[in-house]
Amino acid sequence: MAIEVIAFTAPALALFAMFVVWPMLKAIQFSLFKWKGFGPLVDFVGLKNYVSVLSNDVFIGALGHNLFIVVASIAIQLPLGIAIALLLNRKMRFQGILRTVVFVPYVLAEVIAGVVWFQLLQPKYGVIDSVLAAIGIQGPAQGFLGTPEYALWTVMVVLTWKYLGLAIILFLAGLQSVPQELDEAAQIDGASWWQTQWHITIPLLGPTLRTWAFLSMVGSLQLFDMVWILTKGGPANATTTMATFLINEGTKRSNYGIAGAASVILFVIALTMALLYQRFILRRDNESTDPKKARR
Amino acid sequence: MKKQILAFAAVASLALSACGGTAPAATGDPTEGATSPGATSAPAQDVTLRWWHNSNTGEGKDYYDKVAADFEAANPGVTVEVSAMQHEDMVTKLEAAWQSGDVPEIYMERGGGELKDKVNAGLVKDISEPSAETIAKLGGNVAGWQIDGKTYGLPFSLGVVGFWYNKDLFTKAGITEAPETWTDMFAAFDKLRAAGIEPISVGAGDKWPAAHYWYYFALRACPSDVLDKAVTSLDFSDQCFITAGEQLEKVVKAQPFNAGFLTTPAQAGPTSASGLLATGKVAMELAGHWEPGVMQGLTEDNLGLGDATGWFAFPQFDGQKGDPTSALGGGDAWAVPEKAPEQAVDFINYLLSDEIQKGFAELDMGLPTNPSASQYVADPALADLLKVRDNAARVQLYFDTAFGTAIGGAMNDAIALMFAGQASPQDIVNATQEAADAEK
Repeated sequence: MAIEVIAFTAPALALFAMFVVWPMLKAIQFSLFKWKGFGPLVDFVGLKNYVSVLSNDVFIGALGHNLFIVVASIAIQLPLGIAIALLLNRKMRFQGILRTVVFVPYVLAEVIAGVVWFQLLQPKYGVIDSVLAAIGIQGPAQGFLGTPEYALWTVMVVLTWKYLGLAIILFLAGLQSVPQELDEAAQIDGASWWQTQWHITIPLLGPTLRTWAFLSMVGSLQLFDMVWILTKGGPANATTTMATFLINEGTKRSNYGIAGAASVILFVIALTMALLYQRFILRRDNESTDPKKARR
Repeated sequence: MKKQILAFAAVASLALSACGGTAPAATGDPTEGATSPGATSAPAQDVTLRWWHNSNTGEGKDYYDKVAADFEAANPGVTVEVSAMQHEDMVTKLEAAWQSGDVPEIYMERGGGELKDKVNAGLVKDISEPSAETIAKLGGNVAGWQIDGKTYGLPFSLGVVGFWYNKDLFTKAGITEAPETWTDMFAAFDKLRAAGIEPISVGAGDKWPAAHYWYYFALRACPSDVLDKAVTSLDFSDQCFITAGEQLEKVVKAQPFNAGFLTTPAQAGPTSASGLLATGKVAMELAGHWEPGVMQGLTEDNLGLGDATGWFAFPQFDGQKGDPTSALGGGDAWAVPEKAPEQAVDFINYLLSDEIQKGFAELDMGLPTNPSASQYVADPALADLLKVRDNAARVQLYFDTAFGTAIGGAMNDAIALMFAGQASPQDIVNATQEAADAEK
């Protein structure tokens, strides 16, 4: 038995060790040195890189932006996603087509979506500014992405467009597991459609919502592609995330030690938040799926 | 793209000797000395030389393939393995190669701070001796690749930055002469805007195009010796660096830049800074010798601005202490890692020979550094630029290149903040000095 387990998991473990564990250990090692990307690691600086990352205003700002995106993603996508999922769950014409349309942005590669939105959002010549101009609204002079006050919100809008489809599809899948009898029973008792949804369907959707929120949170903390394409973290660092910060320090400035420290900090933050989430929010769901505990 | 070619590197100035004087052998017999592929004294042992370059399309690629084949034919036992890559791919691969330690025998080196770091780590070969003849021929052009009197790379293309402009739009706005001073420039902004034309595009999204303004103002504001001192001692306390920021602040306040310039990329696509100039949406852009080529790639007819392409030097301002003919620029060199065989050095000498540089010039692959090849540059805009370069009292290597990526990156970030109205002249100096102190 044990031999079989080892035999079957060995290839996966080997890959995991090579592509996950080893790079992580290297990143920790780099974070303790001043290193320019070539030559031997000789300049040991201890925790100095960590101090300089944590005292860097740009990094602190980036952390703030990540937390903003975590909160805003959930605050915007959760109600919108539930509403659209409930609507799409009703019997209607073109249901299949509508579901596909909603899901399309999620299927698009992030890079492609980013490039398209970048062009749409061009000031003056872009489609969005032209449409706004046609109805008498003038966009900001520097464009939505080029104005520090609007840039992060604009990125948020694009992210919502991109990821709402995933939320909806997950919620729709969750809705399939809500027993129809409950719905029918409630209707017989005289509950309206809204009452049924609010008191029965949504609570039963709980595990799905919590799992989605978890994915959303982890994704928001690691956000890179969309920001890099739309703004490269600018203007004036208004959209820098922890990931764009570390890429900038590493590949643009050759401060691989600083980048290493930033990546370790990002990892610790994401891990801590994930564990806390597991501990306090997902625990109920895990318990209920654990056959031993479910028996209680 | 091409700017990135130049984007790292260097030590001090590339003080160029005014035309000619450096090259006694320049017009010599193309078959003599290092100009012949047969010039090597290589042992009979078989060696493979990997050569990474970025002339990956058209005639340039074919030319380099032929150059490699000729060298092989003249040097029995030597195989040249050519990898022609898209520029960014090459840079990325090279970075990874340095990290792993397995670098091709002939690679492109941008000099300056980055070269210095590699030299300090003992990774690049000192070619002062085996390339003495070529170095003498290149004269001052090679200065950016010299550290403590030793030479580590042979520049094959070296260009300068200035304002590229659309002659038709200037005429339309009633501007008859290219601006020589910033007073002229501000007047030009007014005239262009009155004619409904956006004056300048700048790819501040990529930061370095914005940073070039500050570099140029520093070059105009600072006497040569202050700049030389700054590069070696990393001391930015001279008042002229503040003056540079003050001048730039005035320009930013005049708002001559394209809408959305803070996120505009340098030269990727029709809405980039180069694209806006190429398609007649703005009147001018500050860029290097690569600009006509980039613009050609961004228009459907592959002509860029065509006959409407104009060029003028970065304007002067009252009270400047720098030399008025000085120019900002940079280039690409061939270099050889420490462990490479001696045939690799023979090969780069061959690449800089009169014969090879002549072909390089004829195909407009860049601005040749071997003075004997200058006359063969076919493109008129490039030929003009070559004169400016060769007559410059000083060609200052881009600061981000000169100071290396760590200091240069901090500098560029702070300058980009000034474009966003969020940094003062003092902030730029502080950010740069802070990064420089961390390097010491």
